[in-house]
Amino acid sequence: MIKFTNVFKAFPKGGLALKDVSFHIAKGEFVFLTGHSGAGKSTVLRLIFAEEPVTSGEVRVSGFGLAELRRRDVPMLRRRLGIVFQDFRLLEDRTAEENVAFALEVTGARRSSIAARVMRVLTQVGLAAKAGAYPRELSGGEQQRVAIARALVNEPTVLLADEPTGNLDERATRGVFQLLRDINASGTAVLMATHDLDLVRQAPYRVIELQEGALVYDSAVDEPRDQAASP
Amino acid sequence: MNLTIREALLAFRRAPLLSTLSVTTIAFSLFVVGLFGLVAVNLQDALRGVAERVEIVAYLLPGTPIEAITLGEKDIEAFPEVQAATYVSEDSALARARSELVEFRDVLQELERNPLPASIEVKLKPRFRNAEHVNEVADRLRGFGFVDDVRFGRDWVEKLDRLRQIAAAVGLVVGAAFAVVAIIIIGTTIRMAVLQRSREIAIMRLVGATDGFIRRPFLLQGAIKGMLGGLVAIGLSFGAYLLINRWLIHAAFFSRLQALAVVGFGSAASVGRHLRRV
Repeated sequence: MIKFTNVFKAFPKGGLALKDVSFHIAKGEFVFLTGHSGAGKSTVLRLIFAEEPVTSGEVRVSGFGLAELRRRDVPMLRRRLGIVFQDFRLLEDRTAEENVAFALEVTGARRSSIAARVMRVLTQVGLAAKAGAYPRELSGGEQQRVAIARALVNEPTVLLADEPTGNLDERATRGVFQLLRDINASGTAVLMATHDLDLVRQAPYRVIELQEGALVYDSAVDEPRDQAASP
Repeated sequence: MNLTIREALLAFRRAPLLSTLSVTTIAFSLFVVGLFGLVAVNLQDALRGVAERVEIVAYLLPGTPIEAITLGEKDIEAFPEVQAATYVSEDSALARARSELVEFRDVLQELERNPLPASIEVKLKPRFRNAEHVNEVADRLRGFGFVDDVRFGRDWVEKLDRLRQIAAAVGLVVGAAFAVVAIIIIGTTIRMAVLQRSREIAIMRLVGATDGFIRRPFLLQGAIKGMLGGLVAIGLSFGAYLLINRWLIHAAFFSRLQALAVVGFGSAASVGRHLRRV
């Protein structure tokens, strides 16, 4: 599904963002990507959705080899991924429903099918009642649910989440996390970058930890630790 | 496709101020181009009017039989450069002199013998009204046995040529400069419109929109803005033309095709800039 093999990523101004990172995420897995800020979590995600090129090594995502990926194939790759960010990235001048529909429209989905698919995912994230609300009328947790709905509407095989709870209070965090777990339970792989260790300890999922660009711990390979992820 | 149109029109509704600003800026930069165009069009008209008077007169030897003249006239009219050749007999030359040169009427009245020679007046087709061709035709006219002398105001034709060259050179350089400035200004406005939506573009890319899909609404918008700007510019130019016509000199306005060219230039520049920016 997602496979990193000896991946190096250089910063444009010198220095390495990732040093010799290798891991493999299987279909339907839930994986935490942990580490301090600046450890390289976001870089891993950005490589996966081809926002940045790999410096050396190999990245394979859902059948695409990213090294030989042409610029015009990038949209095709992204349609197989759902991406969620800490800052939601919703379009402020569109309603929740329109934000979700937007992700379908850009893929050229049939218009007749869009409304039903949008309502289905909004129901799935528990926001069907607020379909007509603009982002500014929604709480942080609700906005993140809209973003998740947008990520899901194309039925991705993997959901990438970069600190999805970073801007949320505790209650909203729990809700969003539970939603991600439910999504995973229905078969979608989830790769979630986070530094919220409480969250990590709560669930029995695989943990990959980065430190200064290097992979220092992978619970699928290494011995289990008492203190999961020391920072 | 209808999604493209919807998105393009949505942008006008969402950012009415910026859209208006773009159209206004495009309109004024095209207006400058249009004003210059007006000057060029009028200068060209004036030069054409002057060139209208380029004429070669072949004076005929006295006593040339009319049959020879008629044949010669036919030959001359068959020259590729010649638009018309008109025979003016001694008598009609005198009659014309009498009516045109009023001051000398008395003198002309008292003549016992007509001193004016018969002639063939040759008018060239518009594109041959320059020194080179006039000289050539004059030389060929001299070859006719019955032609005594050929006159065409050599200095004058040469000056006209020079004037035309200067007008063309200035028109090209200044016109190109204005066009480049217009393209740069239009590019800047477009850049603003794209920057304003850079967040949206980034999100579109994230959810898997292709470059073409992202670009299309912008291109349509560019075409609409350029067209509106062009129309406003034509309107402004027409206003300027009316003022000039009323208060200064009698001027000409663009032909429909030329006006269309200004609008087309606006759209093309605007669309071109969009393509580069998005």
